Amino acid sequence: MNFLVSIAVSFVAFIIVVLIPLIGIGAFGMYTFFGIVVPYAAMATFFLGVIIRVIGWARSPVPFRIPTTAGQEESFPWIKTDPIDNPKDTKGVIMRMLLEVLCFRSLFRNVRLEYRDADDGTRITFEWEKWLWIAAIIFHYSFLVIFLRHFRFFTEPIPGFVHVLEKLDGFLQMGVVPVIGFGVPGVYITDMLLVAAVTYLLVRRIYISQVRYVSLSQDYFPLFLILGLGITGILMRYFIRVDITSVKELVLGLFKFSPTVPDGIGVMFFIHLFIVCVLISYIPFSKLMHMGGIFLSPTRNLANNNRKVRHVNPWNYPVKVHTYEEYEDEFRDLLIEAGIPVEKQPDEKVEQS
Amino acid sequence: MYDGGKIITGLIIGLGLLFSPFIYNAGKAAKTPEPVLTKKAKQAKECIAPKAFMKEWHMQLLDKWRHEVVRENKRYYRPRELATKMTLDHDLMDQWRYLVSIGKRHYIPSDDKVYKKSVEETCFDCHSNKSQFCDECHNYMGVKPYCWDCHIVPKESKEKE
Amino acid sequence: MADTPKPEELTKIDHTAPLKGWMDTPVELKPGIYCHAASPKDLEAVDTPNVHEWRPGDEDWNLPDNWKNVVEDGFKLRLDRFRSFKLFMDICVRCGACADKCHFFIGSGDPKNMPVLRAELFRSVYRKKFTTGGKLFGRLAGARDLTEDVLKEWWYYLYQCTECRRCSLFCPYGIDTAEITIMGRELTNDLGLNIGWVAGPVANCYLKSNHIGLLPNVIKDNIEFFVDDIEDITGIRMDPDFNRKGAEILFVTPSGDYFADPGTYTCMGYLMLFHYLKAQGLDITWSTYAAEGGNFGFFTSHEMAKRLNAKIYAEAKRLGVKWILGGECGHMWRVVHQYMDTFNGPADFLEEPVSPITGTKFENAKSTKMVHIVEFTADLIKNNKLKLDPSRNDNVILTYHDSCNPARGMGFLEEPRYVIKNVCNNFYEMPSNTIREQTFCCGSGAGLNAGENMELRMRGGLPRANAVRYVHEKYGVNMMACICAIDRAAFPTLMEYWVPEVDITGIHELVANALVFEGEKKRTTDLRGEPLPGMEDE
Repeated sequence: MNFLVSIAVSFVAFIIVVLIPLIGIGAFGMYTFFGIVVPYAAMATFFLGVIIRVIGWARSPVPFRIPTTAGQEESFPWIKTDPIDNPKDTKGVIMRMLLEVLCFRSLFRNVRLEYRDADDGTRITFEWEKWLWIAAIIFHYSFLVIFLRHFRFFTEPIPGFVHVLEKLDGFLQMGVVPVIGFGVPGVYITDMLLVAAVTYLLVRRIYISQVRYVSLSQDYFPLFLILGLGITGILMRYFIRVDITSVKELVLGLFKFSPTVPDGIGVMFFIHLFIVCVLISYIPFSKLMHMGGIFLSPTRNLANNNRKVRHVNPWNYPVKVHTYEEYEDEFRDLLIEAGIPVEKQPDEKVEQS
Repeated sequence: MYDGGKIITGLIIGLGLLFSPFIYNAGKAAKTPEPVLTKKAKQAKECIAPKAFMKEWHMQLLDKWRHEVVRENKRYYRPRELATKMTLDHDLMDQWRYLVSIGKRHYIPSDDKVYKKSVEETCFDCHSNKSQFCDECHNYMGVKPYCWDCHIVPKESKEKE
Repeated sequence: MADTPKPEELTKIDHTAPLKGWMDTPVELKPGIYCHAASPKDLEAVDTPNVHEWRPGDEDWNLPDNWKNVVEDGFKLRLDRFRSFKLFMDICVRCGACADKCHFFIGSGDPKNMPVLRAELFRSVYRKKFTTGGKLFGRLAGARDLTEDVLKEWWYYLYQCTECRRCSLFCPYGIDTAEITIMGRELTNDLGLNIGWVAGPVANCYLKSNHIGLLPNVIKDNIEFFVDDIEDITGIRMDPDFNRKGAEILFVTPSGDYFADPGTYTCMGYLMLFHYLKAQGLDITWSTYAAEGGNFGFFTSHEMAKRLNAKIYAEAKRLGVKWILGGECGHMWRVVHQYMDTFNGPADFLEEPVSPITGTKFENAKSTKMVHIVEFTADLIKNNKLKLDPSRNDNVILTYHDSCNPARGMGFLEEPRYVIKNVCNNFYEMPSNTIREQTFCCGSGAGLNAGENMELRMRGGLPRANAVRYVHEKYGVNMMACICAIDRAAFPTLMEYWVPEVDITGIHELVANALVFEGEKKRTTDLRGEPLPGMEDE
């Protein structure tokens, strides 16, 4: 029951992440530590960690140009090519990467194996399966919008795009729902979508046997963290409110390198903040680096112009080959017998030796 | 093939975007909101609920007032009476909010005042300086209450502190 | 050798992964799935390190004492040399999109055949050796020690991957299991743990320039047999030549075409095409030194691939040709297209390829200077340089198998279809999830085309065969074309097992059947000597 251990381990780790600020603030009042020291440490870890990781990848060369071609190559003018899925030049690669990064193009191809072995024969078919893609898109874009909406805490004055996002994101105007208190402040769609998508990703990881089989504790841990992040955020907005004016003073102080911790901020904020700090410091050490890694993937970011433009391998080294001379020396008699031209006649060979 | 230049450029752009608040805020004066209390507000000493509660929950209190006035014709707010009568089934949410903000489930105000559930007549009676009181934080936080989508913003009194 | 189960037993496959964790499930090497060990003689022929006697079924693999160091150093070296490998060790999120895309997983249900898990077999050791988290938290972080059992597990699953890259198509980060398999196989090769069906051909290709070790005179004799057969069928005698200096074009094809049916018919097809074009100015020669386009070195190591591939440019230079034409082959074209110029170029002693018949410049091959014969023929047909009678292929109801490497390593999809549609009247595509870039492997690529692993091959080929069965039942398809020598070698067995009604052909066999020579005698049979409908001797 290995997967239960994995889930348990990462869940316990997550609970510890929640308990640390709860106890640290609640029992010991370590406001400076959790409000200033930890956030700076986390941001520094993220910043340096990402740089070290990406530079680490960059130090290994791409010796061969190995794009996975997903469409027709550049051929004769009368053959229709697939300039995006099989890019012939940098422009095509940029398009392919944009689609990959912004639309998760490859994941969109996903299908589900339907295997049926009946008396009248075996049928292997592939069924519609876009749920993973949908959840991934919703999750990533919700996360992005929520991050950008948080710029109202990060910046002063608040840039216009934040208001645009808030307006779009809050267009449901849930205030009309006759549940008193819910709906004020305005409900954001992305909050709900994020939690729903992360929950789906978590459930499918446990429910689909194949994914469960390959899942490690480090696959569950970030899901718990992000779920915790979403839930603490929602709690703070509707159920365990904190004084957000003071929160912004704290956050802005961090970004202006003049950190202060105003009095009277509820512990829920420090839990939320601590989860963020753990998440961002965890990124450089984890699979969450796929964020940067996708850009470096040699099967996606290279043009399929191998026969047209030479690719150079920086560590190309000479190898021992079986030369034609050796070959002819070994098979000269047979070659001559078969009437195949040779470089040296047997008598020349005798003269030389 | 390393493409080092492209990778470093990408890294700078990526991290630059993620850390853009540092760049954006650099050199801008640190302005913190300072809501101003009018003379009347200062004299009153106490709002309809403690300051911590009002800071965190005023929007939901007002939303609740709106529902009660418009839908249930309950036009007056007597916090003391409400607090003494309160039971778990009456208004769990209120009790919860007090607990969260001031650490007390049964907060009982010291005197038994009656307030009309009206922003114009009650809130603005003391806080007659919307631009210096309400807007101070609302602008700081980028909050735009939709109250004023329908209601007319009340005239501010020119009273000095 | 284990008896291969019957099809109806073999299709009982459960794709549900077990509850027990994979790290707690030790590898069990099942006969019928794995290949024999390489013979030391073959490995020594190419100076492989750590050559020793061993058998996969044995408890003790007689590993060298320092085997762990060999693996660790080799791992590190490859992380430093290949960004692909390093990146693919780091960024997988285990979303499982690749899981049910692998033909070996579909055909076997073995959860360790899911591409993600095949890679995890390596990532687990990578984490332990090269990441902080893995060193600190061990099992909890999905890390494990390198042990002999782990090595056996690597070996068992490395040689259950045909490097077809279907998984990489579906991976949101483009993680290519073929890259991981290639690195893993390099590591096993460093320990002398190659398999017979790779090492044998490699040694033969190295020393004798073709993978079963035909002597140069035998290659010529075989071609002469084809020339005789063609004369019987068409009344015209072809006159190919070998190693001729000063020819304009060097022709290189996989050596399977010289001796193994149905590749031999494809080879006859090339001969006929070249002869047909001779009058129009084609000046082409074959080589007994660069007699092998296929590159089993690629299934051993990048270095071995380069060593074998070097012969093509060397021979082109020696003979003084202008450019190179390549036959129908899968991984040969992966190597030619994506590696050759980098390995052994620049080919500045050659000229940019121009078709001597049509004058078409092969712009897309102007650096590597090697053209695919199907491109070449497609251009001829487009320019009306061939007189074709597709009705001569009317006994054929055809489907087309996109060979993995030309599909996902080149994007060579429309050229073969264009040729097919011009030489054959009855052509039906298999379902869209099984063709073009989503094509399924034959199950026997990357050196797994052996006899002792027949169960694996039949399992791996099941998804492809199932699609063939579908078009066979729906349209009466009786022939599948392909442009890969391993396909031509592996599919007849696979079809015999799953869809016995369907036969295999190369595209140039069909071209040659349809090609109308001036002054030829009335054809009553196709190249296989089978009677043509309506053309029987009256």
